[in-house]
Amino acid sequence: MLYINCPHCGMRPQIEFSYGGDASVKRPELNKEISDQEWDDFVYNRKSLRGKHLELWQHISGCRQWIKVERDTATHEIFNTFKADEEVA
Amino acid sequence: MSQDFRLESIGLINRDKKLSFKFNGKKYFGYEGDTLASALLANGVHLVGRSFKYHRPRGFFGAGVDEPYAIVQLYRNNETEPNIKATEQELFDGLEAKSVNCWPSVNFDIGAINNFLKIFLPAGFYYKTFMWPKSFWYRIYEPFIRKAAGLGVASTKHDKERYEHKYEYCDLLIAGSGPSGLSSAYAAAKNGAKVILAEDKPRFGGSLLTSDVNIGNQSGKDWAEGIIAELKTMPNVVVKNRSQIFGYYDHNMLVMSEKVSDHLPKTKKYHPNKRLWYIRAKEVLISSGSIERPIVFGNNDTPGVMLSSAAKEYLKVYGVLVGKNPLIFTNNDSGYETAIEFQKHGVQPVILDSRKNPDSEIIDEAKSLGIDIKNSYVVVAAQGYKKVKSADVASISDDKKQLGKIENIKCDCICVSGFWTPSIHLASQSGNKTKFKEEIDAFVPGISKQQETTLGAANGVFSLEETLQTSFAKGRELSKKITDNDNEVSIPNVVEKKSSKHDKFWCVPLPAGKNYKRFLDFQNDVAVSDIEIALREGYRSIEHVKRYTTLGMATDQGKTSNLNGLQLVSEIENKVVPAVGHTTFRPPYTPISIGAIVGREVGKHSKPTRKSPMHAWHEKNNAVFVDAGVWLRPRYYKRGNENLFEGSKREAKNVRTNVGVCDVTTLGKIDIKGPDAAELLNRVYTNAWLKLPVGKARYGVMLREDGIVMDDGTTTRISENHYHMTTTTAQAANVLSHLEYYLQLVWPELNVNVVSTTEQWAGAAIAGPKSRDVLQKLFPNLDVSNEGLPFMGYMEGDLFGVKARIFRISFSGELAYEVNVESDNGNFMWEKIMEVGEDFKIQPYGTEALSTLRIEMGHVAGSELDGRTIPYDNSLEGLVSKKKDFIGKRSLQRSAFTAEDRQKIVGVVPLDKKTSIPEGSHLVKDDKAPLPNPKLGHISASCWSVEYDNPFSLAILKDGKNMIGEKLFAMSPLKNKVIPVEIVSSHYVDPKGERVRS
Repeated sequence: MLYINCPHCGMRPQIEFSYGGDASVKRPELNKEISDQEWDDFVYNRKSLRGKHLELWQHISGCRQWIKVERDTATHEIFNTFKADEEVA
Repeated sequence: MSQDFRLESIGLINRDKKLSFKFNGKKYFGYEGDTLASALLANGVHLVGRSFKYHRPRGFFGAGVDEPYAIVQLYRNNETEPNIKATEQELFDGLEAKSVNCWPSVNFDIGAINNFLKIFLPAGFYYKTFMWPKSFWYRIYEPFIRKAAGLGVASTKHDKERYEHKYEYCDLLIAGSGPSGLSSAYAAAKNGAKVILAEDKPRFGGSLLTSDVNIGNQSGKDWAEGIIAELKTMPNVVVKNRSQIFGYYDHNMLVMSEKVSDHLPKTKKYHPNKRLWYIRAKEVLISSGSIERPIVFGNNDTPGVMLSSAAKEYLKVYGVLVGKNPLIFTNNDSGYETAIEFQKHGVQPVILDSRKNPDSEIIDEAKSLGIDIKNSYVVVAAQGYKKVKSADVASISDDKKQLGKIENIKCDCICVSGFWTPSIHLASQSGNKTKFKEEIDAFVPGISKQQETTLGAANGVFSLEETLQTSFAKGRELSKKITDNDNEVSIPNVVEKKSSKHDKFWCVPLPAGKNYKRFLDFQNDVAVSDIEIALREGYRSIEHVKRYTTLGMATDQGKTSNLNGLQLVSEIENKVVPAVGHTTFRPPYTPISIGAIVGREVGKHSKPTRKSPMHAWHEKNNAVFVDAGVWLRPRYYKRGNENLFEGSKREAKNVRTNVGVCDVTTLGKIDIKGPDAAELLNRVYTNAWLKLPVGKARYGVMLREDGIVMDDGTTTRISENHYHMTTTTAQAANVLSHLEYYLQLVWPELNVNVVSTTEQWAGAAIAGPKSRDVLQKLFPNLDVSNEGLPFMGYMEGDLFGVKARIFRISFSGELAYEVNVESDNGNFMWEKIMEVGEDFKIQPYGTEALSTLRIEMGHVAGSELDGRTIPYDNSLEGLVSKKKDFIGKRSLQRSAFTAEDRQKIVGVVPLDKKTSIPEGSHLVKDDKAPLPNPKLGHISASCWSVEYDNPFSLAILKDGKNMIGEKLFAMSPLKNKVIPVEIVSSHYVDPKGERVRS
């Protein structure tokens, strides 16, 4: 079971969180004409990386904040966590 | 029966407390502190089971967690538990156990015929034999294998025991209380670290309980007792016996199973049987010791052949002789220690040492005691069927290839020592890439992956002095890092006998002309010949060899067999062992009860039960409840002998003709506040929200980004920047997360707050032509006329002194209102509604009537919004704005979603107007068509229409738009029904929606 450093609450066990997928995906702006391909890339297409992955988690049984977690998908090592509005270098 | 094999002078058992127990129906006695194994051995019982494949007689091989044979079915307090190791089960008064894997009895086992058929049961025999004919597999082969193989029998009764889970955090978690565990725990505790020390056995001390050493001028055992006593007094230390750390998971979380009650005749009231500890440790010290490994020789599975360390443990801990005429077969000095203990207690052993000319302090001591030692000698084969009667022995050449002349020595047990295998399981589970250590012919942990350190014998260090030094230092160093204290602890003197090098020898060659089975894996009956076959047949990877032969795959996970198997493969392949590599260790280290893993989350406790504030009223009024998500909701209110069908029909009919009231507290409610609230709703829902006036409600549908309907509900504008959203009961939590996702991540510029208020409000839906009369009586000072409170209107009122919210919304399709009050006033509101409604023949109605009412109106619910439908499918396309953008809109352009013959909701009526259509039935054109019969749609919901008094269903049907009037068949293979049906509009009752506006 992972041990995740919520930037708002501190170290918390994984059971308090729910997974939210790839954090690098950006929703297209509203009212913008976009191609089928761009929309598909947003809705469906994911890289499914092995290794370092920036992903979203929500601290549902805690502060309910969505956070970003930089995690290794193969080893589960967590390198860093960020608040939703923090820029990730 | 007297205990012929019990010594009076030695052991840690309590001789003042005699315990009676039964094994295979026969009564025996033992003492408090015995295991089932030691008590049986004290009574001279060696035959405990039959082997897995060949049903050969099996005895005891070890004295603890490594035991491959002595697996029994345990009976305790009218319950039974399978697969209990007799070597781990502590004796209690009244214990009953039986052998497994034998029929009709352990003494006469029909399956033993397999032993004579063994030529037909080689490696991979399941794969080879039971291939064909295919139909034989489930009728003949599988039932036969299931009866013939397998271990114990699981109880089919509900497990009455209680199992607990516990979460714990500590600085240092220490696995194993032998010399290294004790010293590191002590040093860390002295630095103020929070320490948990876990020992799987009942007694602390590990090898110190049986070894002949001296620490700080006292015996090893006394030193261990002193340390434990002191640790127990320290507030920062938790010491746990009977507690097995069985899994090392991510981020330094380990799981430990504590046997709280297994050693008692009956679990104490309010106590758990087992407690599972989830421990998050800053540092983990693995001091799990090592397990002696066997030397492989002919018939080495005969009862009476056992590990020499086990024989020593039975003697020193339990005062039990495993034989009175022991033969010790060793390739290192450990066998001598066992021999010396026998000799000291009046039993003369014979030692066969595969080494030519070993020399050490221990060997000198054995010689001085006059023990008969034969060097360059090996056991070729054990003789005897149900018990060792003698051994064929021979001298062996220096290259270990040639045997001398075979001689026969009388003996009643053969104690084997093939040196020691470190228990690296936990380190390996943590991700540590283990490495092969040539000097000890075994794997030890390599570079740590997580915060873990392996110490002592588990790390391949077999000198006590070195173990104590490194362990004290490590405990001090790691705790200092955490607590910043640095208290010096003086390391005691150690007196131990120096031993000499072991012999790299592990398997005795077969003598010419003999075909003895030489077992590697004792629990799965894997012999040397099976590995040879696997390699001959082309298996090379050790992982493949393992799966083909089942080597190391039994419940003991190869604790005694893995290394010998690797040695064999490397020898045949002419590779070194590290090149062969070992198979992966995975949790659990030893079998764990399913009950312990499940914990308290069984039956009613598997999920929380939520009840509305009116629950007690419902109970009092004969409500029959149904699970709705985590909620309990009234399904119908039973009158007299009514069944569900009759009751719900009466309730629904009363709504259509008079007035009914339904508890709608369970609906999800979200409070939305902020200047941008309207903008958020406008982006979340498919319809327009910017112009909704204060005091008005609106129905909305929200999509996922993939265009699928996520949820529906009404949202009401309470004041300028304040909205009240309702969601379906099932989706309440998901919708809140969904809103939070967009507000926090996608559109953080929107100034809006959302919070769940589901529990804050109790809700009652008052529905029916007379509902306005009821409402007027509830709020005599309000204008609730059609003009004063029109359809989709909202107002606040005073309900006999209680603040109430009144929404004119309807799920039933009748004139209806929903009244919300703060939860604490829910019951008050409900009783008032019943009171004032009496004049209008009000009746409460449950979820079944609620479904009936919405189905015949064609209102969609969870069975249509099933995660596969878009707005069009539910005839909600009128709510999809063409002007503005919203979540999921772009997906609605997908070609499948815009296809001409896209599925759509329809109504379905059986032609005979009598037969109810099972939900889930498929709609087909031709009921006689060959299978697979093309499916045109499915029945999503069914009811008995109270308006027309005949069955009515909703269906999602391909090209539904053009199917009205068509005749199809509803087929339910599950219910074995074929029903001719007609497709009608989904709006079966009041298609123009006049009633809700009346």
